Amino acid sequence: MTHKLLDISDLHIALPYGADRPHAVEGLSIALAQGETLCVVGESGSGKSLLGRAVMGLLPAPHVHVDQGEINFNGEDIVKTSYDRLRQIRGSEISMIFQEPMTALNPVMTIGDQIDEIFRFHVDMPGKVRAQRSLKLLEDVNLPDPVHIMAAYPHQLSGGQRQRAMIAMALALDPKILIADEPTTALDVTTQAQILKLIKDMQIAYNTGVLFITHDFGVVADIADRVVVMQKGLVVETGTVEQVLNHPEHPYTKGLIAAVPRLQPRKARKRSDEVVLNVHQLNKTFGSERRLFGFGKSGRVVKAVQNVDLELRRGETVGVVGESGSGKSTLARCIIRLMENDSGKIILDGTDINELGRAAMRPWRAKIQMVFQDPFASLNPRIKVGDIISQGPVIQGYSKAEARNTAMDLISIVGLDERAYDRYPHEFSGGQRQRIGIARALALKPEILIADEPVSALDVSIQAQILNLLDEIREQMNLSMIFITHDLRVAAQVCDQLAVMRYGEIVETGATAELFAAPQHSYTQALLAAVPGQDWKQEAQVDPAVA
Amino acid sequence: MIEFWKLYSRSHSAVLGLGILGLVIFVAAIAGLIFPDDPFRLAGQPMSLPGTNGFLLGSDTLGRDVAAGIAHGAKTSLLIGLVATLAAVFIGIFFGALAGYYGGRIDDMLMRITEIFQTIPSFVFAILLVAIMKPSIESIVIAITVVSWPGVARLVRGEFLSLKNREFVQACHTLGMDDLRIMMREILPNCLSPIIVIGSLMVATAILIESGLAFLGLGDPNIMSWGFQIGAGRTMLRSAWWVCTFPGIAILVTVLAINLVGEGLNDALNPRLRERR
Repeated sequence: MTHKLLDISDLHIALPYGADRPHAVEGLSIALAQGETLCVVGESGSGKSLLGRAVMGLLPAPHVHVDQGEINFNGEDIVKTSYDRLRQIRGSEISMIFQEPMTALNPVMTIGDQIDEIFRFHVDMPGKVRAQRSLKLLEDVNLPDPVHIMAAYPHQLSGGQRQRAMIAMALALDPKILIADEPTTALDVTTQAQILKLIKDMQIAYNTGVLFITHDFGVVADIADRVVVMQKGLVVETGTVEQVLNHPEHPYTKGLIAAVPRLQPRKARKRSDEVVLNVHQLNKTFGSERRLFGFGKSGRVVKAVQNVDLELRRGETVGVVGESGSGKSTLARCIIRLMENDSGKIILDGTDINELGRAAMRPWRAKIQMVFQDPFASLNPRIKVGDIISQGPVIQGYSKAEARNTAMDLISIVGLDERAYDRYPHEFSGGQRQRIGIARALALKPEILIADEPVSALDVSIQAQILNLLDEIREQMNLSMIFITHDLRVAAQVCDQLAVMRYGEIVETGATAELFAAPQHSYTQALLAAVPGQDWKQEAQVDPAVA
Repeated sequence: MIEFWKLYSRSHSAVLGLGILGLVIFVAAIAGLIFPDDPFRLAGQPMSLPGTNGFLLGSDTLGRDVAAGIAHGAKTSLLIGLVATLAAVFIGIFFGALAGYYGGRIDDMLMRITEIFQTIPSFVFAILLVAIMKPSIESIVIAITVVSWPGVARLVRGEFLSLKNREFVQACHTLGMDDLRIMMREILPNCLSPIIVIGSLMVATAILIESGLAFLGLGDPNIMSWGFQIGAGRTMLRSAWWVCTFPGIAILVTVLAINLVGEGLNDALNPRLRERR
């Protein structure tokens, strides 16, 4: 039996008065052993992040505090220990990595200085030795050219490099426990795979206990030894990764796991012969804007979209997949003419809408609509839901009464209560807001719907609902859809055709099933290989116990 | 509205400021009733101490009632502060919205114009304008407006710049909404809070500028104002302290009250500060 590093018993974390529940975490008891990875999984609001902070003694007191239970770390109770002792523990015995390395690193200090700081605060050693240790650490986390990186500032590194530097800092003093709070959520899938592997390797090398907080079951399958599932502050299920993922007991866990999209392409459907939208040699470049009086040097030029061809047929969903910065969102905005394109053709119903001016474009707007990514930013907080939905028809010349009827119908089609009409967006949850966004897009009865990462801001159970809704609507209204996503698992579920984008270019296209079975381009292969939780998925397919 | 008051009344100083401001407005409103005569009228013995010869706050060198001057001056100060601010906010929104929304050349051009106004020290500029246009209540309002709109324009431009790329605005573009409607109905309501806050603080600045102008003898000669009273009494500061002191206190208290209200509005309207309980 390995040594118990962390033993949390009956932990209650109190929330300030007026919060949606009195305790963020209630009656939680977990233990972490040396060399073990314990994954805490839950949806947003489950209290998992506060748990991580509580272990670090970093709760935002006095509003949020531990009011019952203990966090036993090697015989010391973190809850009761003194502030000075806590400072000693933090960084040297328990350390933490965060979701967004850019905000967790100090932007005006070099990486070398920031690592050096940890040594200076916690141990007494000469500067030369500290520098050597820092360099060694950066080598250990596989950063290329560590000498150069020591002198670099955080903004000069990529997201993956920053997260590696964070991990180097966290491991600087050989901590007993590493708390990782969604460390890969902000990263691209290929980088995520590398970081997960790094954490695993480091853990084996240092025999660290890792408390890994995540919402992604794919990541859990890849990294966890044991799993704790949390729902609204309560632990609903604990067990080994095998037990929880393949034989879940609690209905909530079952639901969550069922909602996780599988990397299994949907059944191929017959392709229609009717092409509704044809994008031909589209180009978009950023950053060549000239200034008044010609002052200042012209900025860096980014080719966001390069010679893109895309064909959308009636009733099908074409997925555009790629990592951040691949130009997929720009492509969506170019197609719907939110941005001026440099060159190319966008042929809709035999007309090149790329040529049209703003006024001439207006009647065409109704044919092509968009669903946006962020349900909190895409609805005007000052306008009532009913008006948000009926705006479109009113602009396109329908009467107020007609627009109101359309809006009412749509509210019920997207599964909301009719009373939503007279309420403001802030009264709705993320998933409900996304439904409102979909209703707005449908109000003009479009032929084409462009969905730009419509589910990436949502929890996995809500994700599944929204994807189902989009599918139903596409059937009902005979829509053709362009679906932008970074998540191949989501793409697999909804897309008939896929286009893989990198650096503004489409590197590969094809029917989803064919593309998944035999990816041609090396980048597509890398993307597919990096999707987390693949081993588990294969098991799950074999295992009849998981329905 | 009730919710807003709850947020606002969390700060005691803001409530105090509102109370004082209410009092000043009340005095200005009833000035004609309690002092029905012209405040320029020679009402009695010159240089009377406060409380003597029937003068509550004393009389000046010519025997004018200081208290009557303050009551009538309150009307002038508030009126000029309010009208000038409204005009400045209106112009500022116009310029700022166009610059922020359209960007590019239009933005460059409008912002260079704004900078021309911002580079001239505002009080000197106001003196210059009033001197050219002849002192009158209209010219003072115009001068204050001209020197105070650039701040609003900058603020509104910044708000428009950040809001125009929000997804809800882009959604309006995809619906085919025209620019004017997007600016007025979609973006402007979302940047009203900072405009209200800066506007309330501008009223205080406007009152100060007006007093300064009147002190220098550039006020409207036919209208009583606090600055004029201080200017008239300054030569007698040592022998008749009350002539300058009471109008000075009136200015201090009013400006302070408006600033407190502005702060309070800022705390209540700014969602980031709202968390800070």
